[in-house]
Amino acid sequence: MTLILIVISAIFVNNIVLSQFLGICPFLGVSKRISTAIGMTGAVTFVMILATTITYLLQKLILDPFHVGYLQTISFILVIAALVQMVEIILKKVSPPLYQALGVFLPLITTNCALLGVAIMTVQKGFNLVEGVVFAASIAAGFGLALIIFAGIREQLDLVDLPKGMKGTPIALLVAGLLAMAFMGFSGIV
Amino acid sequence: MNNWKVLFNGILKENPIFTLLLGMCPTLGVTSSAINGLGMGLATTFVLVMSNLVVALIKDFIPDKVRIPAFIVVIATFVTIVEMTMQAYLPALFNSLGLFIPLIVVNCIVLGRAEAFASKNTAISSIFDGLGMGLGFSLALTLLGSIRELLGSGKLFNSSIYPSDYGMLIFVLAPGAFIALGFLIAIINKLKKTA
Repeated sequence: MTLILIVISAIFVNNIVLSQFLGICPFLGVSKRISTAIGMTGAVTFVMILATTITYLLQKLILDPFHVGYLQTISFILVIAALVQMVEIILKKVSPPLYQALGVFLPLITTNCALLGVAIMTVQKGFNLVEGVVFAASIAAGFGLALIIFAGIREQLDLVDLPKGMKGTPIALLVAGLLAMAFMGFSGIV
Repeated sequence: MNNWKVLFNGILKENPIFTLLLGMCPTLGVTSSAINGLGMGLATTFVLVMSNLVVALIKDFIPDKVRIPAFIVVIATFVTIVEMTMQAYLPALFNSLGLFIPLIVVNCIVLGRAEAFASKNTAISSIFDGLGMGLGFSLALTLLGSIRELLGSGKLFNSSIYPSDYGMLIFVLAPGAFIALGFLIAIINKLKKTA
């Protein structure tokens, strides 16, 4: 039951992009086409689940027993950066088609604050390992949902006649605002 | 380049938020009030100045291949300092900024300036660059925070301007962040074209 609550809360109610404001850079950056949005979602899901698992173990097995909690920020970001590099190298060797699909997005992920954010949130909320993994997967799903809907709208936006100053980022932000308003409708479910 | 020019470059001409569109997450996430925006801006400024200085000093000793991880360690160190100092002396601000304090590490502005400016310039001009970018960032955050606070709850820096019953609550909530920033950038684009 708690797992279902975690899933619904992470995807809809506390959507990572539209209500927590994490991962805005890729949200604005790679949302011009649906196909790139899907690729980015795949890459984020993959790395987020891995990173959350590893940082969780790092926190419980190393940082907590040695009482060095203040090293959390430094160690987490290093683990994430190393992990992204490693995933890139392994993927290139093991599964070239998957690398073709996700490859270009992997370097961008290191600076995706959603990744570090979710890793820290998992520890702060006191989840156990299973809950943490489910939480990371649902956050990634919520990110994907928002990103793909947004990309779909932006593809249509290209055809619209806009005032000059509104073109590009400003109108994209307004659309994101309306989308956030729509997602506010989910608040109160959990 | 003249140091003062570097300083003002960051504040106005290459303002990280309005023209480079970097560091969007804290910009949208913490600007529900002017004071939060200012606090976040100043914390980021400190990290920017210090990491720019250290990166400029150690740039000759770092092998080119591992420079990004090395920069990240430097940045994360100063973020941890800010985090612990704020927790000790400004607990209220620390709580309202929450998760966004450790996330200064992944703020693209900080790593971006270390890579694009500090790793190629002297320590002194790197300090000015960090200060300029940081103040530009603080200015943008405070402006956005003031607009949202004023429209949303009728206050400015916590002092009441008009009765909060007339405030549009939406501006304090998540959608208002996107909408206010969207219009702000549109206005700045317009001003730049006519200027």
